[in-house]
Amino acid sequence: MTQTTTQTVSAPAEHIEYVMRLGDNALILGQRLSEWCGHAPVIEEDLALANMALDLVGQARLLLTHAGKLEGKGRDEDQLAFLRVERDYRNITMMEVPNEDFGRTTVRNVLYSAFQILLWQRLATSSDTELAAIAAKSLKEARYHFNHSAEWVIRLGDGTEVSHAKTQAALDYLWPYTAELFAANPTDEAVSAAGIGPAWGELEADWEAMLLPVFAQATLVVPARTPFKTFGKFGRHSEHMGHLLATMQYMQRTYPGAQW
Amino acid sequence: MYTQSLSIPDAEAKGPRKVENPEYLAEFNAKIDAGGFIEAKDWMPEAYRKTLIRQISQHAHSEIVGMLPEGNWITRAPSLKRKAILLAKVQDEGGHGLYLYAAAETLGVSRDELTEALLSGKAKYSSIFNYPTLNWADIGVIGWLVDGAAIMNQIPLCKCSYGPYARAMVRVCKEESFHQRQGYDLLLQMMKGTAEQREMVQDAVNRWWWPSIMMFGPHDKDSVHTDSARWGIKRISNDDLRQKFVDATVKQAEVLGVSLPDPALKWNEARGHFDFGAIDWDEFWNVVGGHGQCNVDRLAARNKAWDEGAWVREAAIAHAEKTAEREKQAA
Repeated sequence: MTQTTTQTVSAPAEHIEYVMRLGDNALILGQRLSEWCGHAPVIEEDLALANMALDLVGQARLLLTHAGKLEGKGRDEDQLAFLRVERDYRNITMMEVPNEDFGRTTVRNVLYSAFQILLWQRLATSSDTELAAIAAKSLKEARYHFNHSAEWVIRLGDGTEVSHAKTQAALDYLWPYTAELFAANPTDEAVSAAGIGPAWGELEADWEAMLLPVFAQATLVVPARTPFKTFGKFGRHSEHMGHLLATMQYMQRTYPGAQW
Repeated sequence: MYTQSLSIPDAEAKGPRKVENPEYLAEFNAKIDAGGFIEAKDWMPEAYRKTLIRQISQHAHSEIVGMLPEGNWITRAPSLKRKAILLAKVQDEGGHGLYLYAAAETLGVSRDELTEALLSGKAKYSSIFNYPTLNWADIGVIGWLVDGAAIMNQIPLCKCSYGPYARAMVRVCKEESFHQRQGYDLLLQMMKGTAEQREMVQDAVNRWWWPSIMMFGPHDKDSVHTDSARWGIKRISNDDLRQKFVDATVKQAEVLGVSLPDPALKWNEARGHFDFGAIDWDEFWNVVGGHGQCNVDRLAARNKAWDEGAWVREAAIAHAEKTAEREKQAA
């Protein structure tokens, strides 16, 4: 009889990092969207935002579970979600900035869901078959998130003077954060070379092509790129991240080892 | 969730079909007596319509306000699985609110009018949501006891005489039944855990038991539901439902391993039911009257969401109007 030992051989660090980053993006944006539940402008949006949060939490569970397996240290989805220190979270910084208002929340959703559609499409053929399966499932969700958010961005941008101003301010605020999505880095290069997934920078042109017509219809002006840079992907986060984690990790930190 | 079994007058409702006609009334009564459904386009007595608007809208408001105490724990849920379950549950409550408002709209009121009545404090919602959620076990106990009491109240409503309400309740009951099971499952898991987890569960049960019992409303002798019974809206009395709930719940508490905070609770062989202690009606009426711990905060949270969302709703309307105008010009 063959005895299966616990897998201790890890996947390459870049592979783990890449999947962890995807899991953390879903986790942190899901956490932010879940803050809306019960506080949205109309009941329909309470449901829609909760639904998107639910999709993202679901993606985070699959991705973090997968990252934990790749890592081979026996960490499950909850250990990864709740028991890392801030420096070890790999989400891009845009995910963690506060919701602020429905405008910023919606613009962030459209920016990220457009990126997700492109990424999940590519990852659906990943050499990492588990990741490919997660991508296929998540793609459907991202399409809904994009359609829903894009419709709202158009409504808000085109709607009233007030809504236009608020939505333009949201785009002005968030746009610089999107540079982080596409910035070249060694992880992406290694993962791309291994056929696991694209370097995110490859997606930038298609991403803009998806979004520009939405912003045009919304009569919003896309800001010029600035030297502003963020480094959440590498674990250097904003001042907002610690507060988000303090809330999210509260139970796991207060009752170590308890099962829920 | 569910509005408590209590009829509190709301603002005057507006709407059509006010002609009172003995012939129509006889037909209406005959239909009710035969166990049939009244539909939106059928003639109905004005008092029946008003009673239904009040009850359905209070029920809808309760679902919406009820999102707040549970929503309080979404961002702090202790595992991703529990976070997902709670998100789905609170989303369900919002959905219940939405189709209950739609059911109320079939009676000739608008959702905006009903929302305005809630936000101004004119309309009532279930007092249970004016209690705070203080630890994670509260989420389980709300599922087990509060949703459990709601289901007891709501199952008879699936056969109430007003068709749109009855049909809405069929779906609501299915989802609430799932909510109750997830709440109980959450508690079972905690009771298998550490001493601190078990203490949290007991603490939550101690705080929610009596408010849950109060959800069935005043004793039958003090109740004002005579018309609702005659019209087939309320088919089982408050006290009967409350007894049924207590009888079912005592056994569940035993399985769970928690005590219920009522020294008078004991099996009465002669009655074939559990006896239980006196309900503190002063507390009940205080909370109904606006003096519960969270009354002010709940209403403030709803008003804040509504006020801060005004520009969004206005934008949606403005965009729809502009789009219609552009299409007209293009045609």
